[in-house]
Amino acid sequence: MADKALFEFLTRIGDTTLVLGHRVSEWCGHAPALEEDIALANTALDLIGHTRMWLSRAGEVEGKGRTEDDLAFLREAHEFRNYLLVERPNEDFAVTITRQFLFDAWHRLMLISLQESSDQRVSEIAEKASKEVAYHVERSTDLVVRLGDGTEESHRRMQHAVDILWPYTGELFTDDETDRELSDRGIIPLPSSLEGEWKTHVDGVLSAATLVRPEREYAHKGGKAGVHTEHLGFLLAEMQVTHRAHPGATW
Amino acid sequence: MERPTLDQIWAWLDQIPDPEIPVISLVDLGVIRDALWKGDTLHLKVTPTYSGCPATAVINLDIQQHLRANGIDKLVLERQLSPAWTTDWISEKGRRNLQKFGIAPPPKDGEHGSYGALLGRVVECPRCGSKTTERISQFGSTPCKASYRCTECLEPFDYFKCI
Repeated sequence: MADKALFEFLTRIGDTTLVLGHRVSEWCGHAPALEEDIALANTALDLIGHTRMWLSRAGEVEGKGRTEDDLAFLREAHEFRNYLLVERPNEDFAVTITRQFLFDAWHRLMLISLQESSDQRVSEIAEKASKEVAYHVERSTDLVVRLGDGTEESHRRMQHAVDILWPYTGELFTDDETDRELSDRGIIPLPSSLEGEWKTHVDGVLSAATLVRPEREYAHKGGKAGVHTEHLGFLLAEMQVTHRAHPGATW
Repeated sequence: MERPTLDQIWAWLDQIPDPEIPVISLVDLGVIRDALWKGDTLHLKVTPTYSGCPATAVINLDIQQHLRANGIDKLVLERQLSPAWTTDWISEKGRRNLQKFGIAPPPKDGEHGSYGALLGRVVECPRCGSKTTERISQFGSTPCKASYRCTECLEPFDYFKCI
């Protein structure tokens, strides 16, 4: 393969936006208010748009003629490289919004850094995507504060969401061989280098939201290496069923 | 066949409405970044507004159909990602038409996509001109719009988000 490490990175970020985009789209028609329904659908749409740019580039880098659709619809769970955080189920609105906030805060920093990438296409895609992500961060930050510092019930649910999702955030900042190689080549930042600024942002928002960050540092890992929770299989089954039932179909 | 001039090409492109906001043309929207002849083939550079916007595919189709109807058979559409589209590229004519249609046009303040620039922005009501408006949601009926409400005339309206 032409550039194994770059392909690996492009699937990591492209699969992450794909899986979260699909998760968020599950709310379409079910959100608690019309404005939220529209906002969630728009967020999902942006993420799927980013996925198309990342995965079509991944296909080009791989050089085997696979398109963005081939990569999205014809791979198995163990071939996906998304972070575990984004495959967590939606559960209630508090979990959905908290997951989005923890992700958006990371996504924004990652894209800002990728705009300086030595790889021209990576930097172009990051430039495009970061403008949209600025709105995602604004919205999820806003909602975390409003719901955390809201009613007794919304506060309880938000604190529960932070508690159950926190152990899935550590993976965003772990470095492996691929990260070190690409960072040496100036293509991506070392994931661990983003952690300080991320924590500062997240801590500030959680405190404004009267929410408490869990002390424990245990982190679930594996998504980047293709080791997933059982939730991804169910998500892919639903996302891929049409394509697999009608091979080669276009729409 | 005589090659139409680029001025003529731009005039034709200016007749094509945006598929979702038909009061504004594709030229007004600023998504067509370049037009040039290479031999007998016309090359157009088109940039997406939002990366996941479903209108992008329709825009390309509309360009092909409209130019073909005007006799352009050899046409290549190239996607250009960088520099990323910004609402600064919406023309003055486009801004006026958005306002008349009831959509508050984006400000031209040169600060985009930065987190801080999104906060504390005054959006004028496109109907009564009041500056006291409130945001209902950062997102609206299309990716490029947000939902607002005027607290004077009480009308809800769309705001073309600044990116």
